[in-house]
Amino acid sequence: MIGICSYAGYVPRYRLNRMNIVAAMGWLNPAILMNAAGEKAVANHDEDAITMAVSAGVRCLNGFSPADVDALYFATTTAPFKERQNANIVAGALATREEIRTADFSGSVKSGTAALLSALEHVGAGSGHKALACAADCRLGKVGSVQEMVFGDSGAAILVGDKDVIAKYVGSFSTAYDFVDHFRGANSKYDRQWEERWIRDLGYDRLIPEAIAGICKKYDLELSAINKIIYPCYYGGARKKINRDLGLEFNQVQDDLMMDAGDSGSAHPLLMLARALEDAAPGDKLLLVSYGNGCDAILFEVTEAIADFADRKRVSDSLKNSQEFDNFYKYLAWRDMLPVELGMRGEEERLTRWSLVWRNRKAILSLQGTRCLECGTQQYPPQRICINPDCGAIDRMEEVVLSGKGGHIVSFTSDMLAATLNPPAIYGNIDFVGGGRLMIDFTDCTLEDLRVGMPVHFSFRVKYFDQKRDDTFYFWKAIPAGEAIKNA
Amino acid sequence: MPSGIKNKVAILGMGCSVFGERWEDDSSDLLLEAFLECLEDAGLEKKDIQAAWIGNHIDEVSIGKGGCYLANSLHLPYIPVTRVENFCASGTEAFRGACYAVASGAYDIVLAAGVEKLKDIGYGGLPDSPIFGQMARLINPNATAPGMFAQLATAYEKSHNIPMDKIKKAITHISWKSHQNGAKNPKAHLRKEVTESQICDSPFVAYPLGLFDCCGVSDGSAMAIVTTPEIAAKLKPNQNRVTVKALQISVSSGEELMYNRWDGSGLVTTRHAAKKAYEEAGIKNPREEIDMIEVHDCFSITEMVTMEDLMISPPGQAPDDILNGFYDLDGQVACQPDGGLKCFGHPIGASGLRMLYEMYNQLLQRWPEDRLVKEPKIGLTHNLGGVPSQNVCSICIVGLE
Repeated sequence: MIGICSYAGYVPRYRLNRMNIVAAMGWLNPAILMNAAGEKAVANHDEDAITMAVSAGVRCLNGFSPADVDALYFATTTAPFKERQNANIVAGALATREEIRTADFSGSVKSGTAALLSALEHVGAGSGHKALACAADCRLGKVGSVQEMVFGDSGAAILVGDKDVIAKYVGSFSTAYDFVDHFRGANSKYDRQWEERWIRDLGYDRLIPEAIAGICKKYDLELSAINKIIYPCYYGGARKKINRDLGLEFNQVQDDLMMDAGDSGSAHPLLMLARALEDAAPGDKLLLVSYGNGCDAILFEVTEAIADFADRKRVSDSLKNSQEFDNFYKYLAWRDMLPVELGMRGEEERLTRWSLVWRNRKAILSLQGTRCLECGTQQYPPQRICINPDCGAIDRMEEVVLSGKGGHIVSFTSDMLAATLNPPAIYGNIDFVGGGRLMIDFTDCTLEDLRVGMPVHFSFRVKYFDQKRDDTFYFWKAIPAGEAIKNA
Repeated sequence: MPSGIKNKVAILGMGCSVFGERWEDDSSDLLLEAFLECLEDAGLEKKDIQAAWIGNHIDEVSIGKGGCYLANSLHLPYIPVTRVENFCASGTEAFRGACYAVASGAYDIVLAAGVEKLKDIGYGGLPDSPIFGQMARLINPNATAPGMFAQLATAYEKSHNIPMDKIKKAITHISWKSHQNGAKNPKAHLRKEVTESQICDSPFVAYPLGLFDCCGVSDGSAMAIVTTPEIAAKLKPNQNRVTVKALQISVSSGEELMYNRWDGSGLVTTRHAAKKAYEEAGIKNPREEIDMIEVHDCFSITEMVTMEDLMISPPGQAPDDILNGFYDLDGQVACQPDGGLKCFGHPIGASGLRMLYEMYNQLLQRWPEDRLVKEPKIGLTHNLGGVPSQNVCSICIVGLE
């Protein structure tokens, strides 16, 4: 049986109440008040589509071995690189094998479902046993635009496989139209859209019902037999109309997370699917429909295995881990929409030396260290001579991935001098669970959150951005974990 | 066991420029200022110098690499000149090179110089540079020196179960004492007395360190001319002679950085270097036998933990000793009688030699009454370069012959 083996969503910690945008920009475009309800999720200054996909992927692979993943597909319309396989960075961070199929899916916000379908078909074709579809987006509207109000940053990941599936893949139906409601040229930072009434009436209101009708016809289904219809549509009015026209019951439609997170583009259908799987019962039929220059409709049937699936709240937990974010200027600075003075310290040379990065790729991307075969000492970064002064064995090491191990704080500080878009820079020494030590950046926390001895977990983040060469460099950071570390 | 260099090298003369924001002076001007004083003190001419070492850390801001800058600045006539760099121990490294040259018999009269021109960086503090190599830059935080040293405090709090309030009081007293001493010193960078509340209430730079917990970022140069005790006796028959009793360096092995044994509350290297230096100098009880010290107070917390790492204060007792005035100018072991890095300033490559300049002149009782340590016999200098988890520590003990 082909289908979903695991799922997770990742909603970044910071949530901007949309009224903050209205307060700042309502003078320019009073119409944004129409979309002012709720909060939008804002990626931290050190997050982007790649890191959010990794965060979702890490949670999704919880309980699975990354080495068992045979294909990794990454969907986004905000890829940090046009050339350099973004999916490979995600795969590296998730510590998959290097002998796997990877691909980036882009060009439309239905790329998330395209990645998911390709993953299902990869397994369905017998090319591999497990495939991971990750998606994340960090889309920008111009300051004061409707898009700025409705877009939110998030990631999602769906692991598919050919056994132990919690939701069986039944089939799909797709459409593709050069329907240009939104577009972003190759050199544009901001989304551009056509008239909203047209998007609403000829876009969502026509294409989504068409895709639903298409899949129902293809698989000879009654709409009433479907327990949850999952589709993004950030126009509340259009959503109501679609539901009404299709005769859908209230509880037959998956919440669109617009109040909690915002429309996360490529990731959004997968994020909503993951949220639906939290509550799904065996036998439920879930119909996922994406929307973006056409639609992908995908039908799943939940299996008995979902009853035994551990730790199911894999979107809700992330939604709950939230911090109010009320500084609109900070949001602009984090997204590089406002030139800010970081001081000359912020102008440091950032050249990434790729041959060095290649040699050390596992240590960097996978947070891989070594464990001494003689004395068992775990150490980071990988050493050839054992760091244990009572051992000192040479070239007697095995590889060990530390990203999932967690650790605890040895010392910490908050630094007002270091150049960062989120001062003060917080960093300190951590000891890995099982041994090894690293001076590491902390993120998603404040000084007040930290104590020596406190457990931490690790999150893949942007280490720096080389503005001169348009190059993002990634590494791991520590987040105080509270009680969550007990799984490590 | 090697015999060491105790009493094999004598300091013939020393010089030190005024430290501070020397906006109108190049490194060559600073070097010349120290050099003229040093030559005059030694009673020598330039042609007498047979070899030279120059300590300098941030070459990219000032003098570049190699020995040419010193040779060119002073027009040293085709003698061997070597630039050494070992973080904040660079000045002491230059001194070490010169001392070993004399002790080995390779040369008789050798110059050890240190210089740093920090105020061409363009912003406060030290420049960001990949001081631990390119891989470290990719995996370690984009940290600053105050942030790295501040962590001594959070770890010390945990390790000794001493509340942060008390640590903060002790390090406040440290900076207060250094301002008291520095204010009297005409060559010091920061010459203002400040109150303890001004120090304690200064804005945070890196928790728990405030602005007044951080040393001055200065331009400056310091120098020594060393020779054998025999030549010194011949050249200066009517003067007390200051000889080197011990000179030791210890460098982190990577254990503090990667192994899980170190608790982060002190400097492992300082303990190693101190132990070896006391052996070399024949010191059994440092608390009783050492009269004065110039330690690496890059940050007040570094000075605090160093009191324990030098084994002058017992573990966990440094805050009490400090608050009891043990290290004040009139205390049992005067610490930073010249104002320290805190107030004399910290032109990195010059600092080790500046400390020796203070010990040397105190031993010869050359200072006015108000900043004089009473008849000291033994002085110790200590440099700590790098960061607490990976660093270079140098310790030099000097005394009257």
